[in-house]
Amino acid sequence: MEERKIVDIAQAVLAENDRMAATLRADFDRLGVFCLNVMSSPGAGKTALLERTLSDLAGEVPIGVVVGDLATDNDAARLRGKGARVVQVTTDGYCHLEANMVRAALDALGLDGLRLLIVENVGNLVCPATHDLGEHARVVLFSVTEGEDKPLKYPTLFKTADLVLVTKIDLAEAVEFRRDEALEAVRGVAPQADVLEVSAKTGLGLERWYEWLRRRLQPER
Amino acid sequence: MAPVTPSGGPGLQWAVHEVSICAAAVRAAEAKARELGGRRIAVLRLRIGALAGVVPEAMEFAYPVVCRGTLAEGSRLEVEHVPVRCLCASCEAEFEPKAAVYACPTCGRPSAKIVSGRELELAQIELE
Repeated sequence: MEERKIVDIAQAVLAENDRMAATLRADFDRLGVFCLNVMSSPGAGKTALLERTLSDLAGEVPIGVVVGDLATDNDAARLRGKGARVVQVTTDGYCHLEANMVRAALDALGLDGLRLLIVENVGNLVCPATHDLGEHARVVLFSVTEGEDKPLKYPTLFKTADLVLVTKIDLAEAVEFRRDEALEAVRGVAPQADVLEVSAKTGLGLERWYEWLRRRLQPER
Repeated sequence: MAPVTPSGGPGLQWAVHEVSICAAAVRAAEAKARELGGRRIAVLRLRIGALAGVVPEAMEFAYPVVCRGTLAEGSRLEVEHVPVRCLCASCEAEFEPKAAVYACPTCGRPSAKIVSGRELELAQIELE
């Protein structure tokens, strides 16, 4: 029998992605761009929140958006014309964005002059957790229509969040949302995260979300 | 064509995420094997934390597929599971949480300090 050699490697499986993410983060820091990775299940209201955010903030802060979806550029179309630079990435079946996809998107978008870059990840509460995109903060959305125990069911992603946004709060009463139970689940699973309740439709709570963002932006250059 | 969902195992669609991660592991292993002049990878060992965001069973399902046509074709995948450990800031003690809320067994406060369990590591290969 042929002799076998045991070789210790001990390196991250996603080392390639991690290196690209580190390069992106260095670019963001050099150019004074604050980068957010926005994640949620499909339909939690990522695009609606961003539509409203761009409308309200793009006049004050130069914003770029990278939108990831499995297919179609419908979301980018919704976000255009609101004063921000927007580029769509279609992952062609991939369940999450990877750092090299963001790199390619940024080649098209350009970082010059931006102070805020928002990456809207593919709608998925599991897969995006694994891939660093070079972001400075992670925002995880969950809507009142999804059930109070969503964080308990998908703890892995919630445990990486810097901010959890409870969305569609305008529907809370209609769906008999048990607010205390939901907030207890978020705070239990993700004690590291800030928590805000918002409605992109009525504007409720949005000012606090904008304040959260403004506090993290680098000074204008 | 109908989705492939073999009974008792994860379906191919469900494993898309793990296919890409498995492929990254095999690429890294191949690079190391070539560097050392190995002809074939016989065993590939991964360390996967409970919080890594991948399903080990799906990795095992994807593995033979992504190995095709590589130096790892026909090799064996071995997975070491790494449990979550966290630190209670109040009690200054490490513990292994039992549920999604990482409540300290002594004081009951949820811990935000994860010490281990996020590993997704190519640990070792056996070369021929």
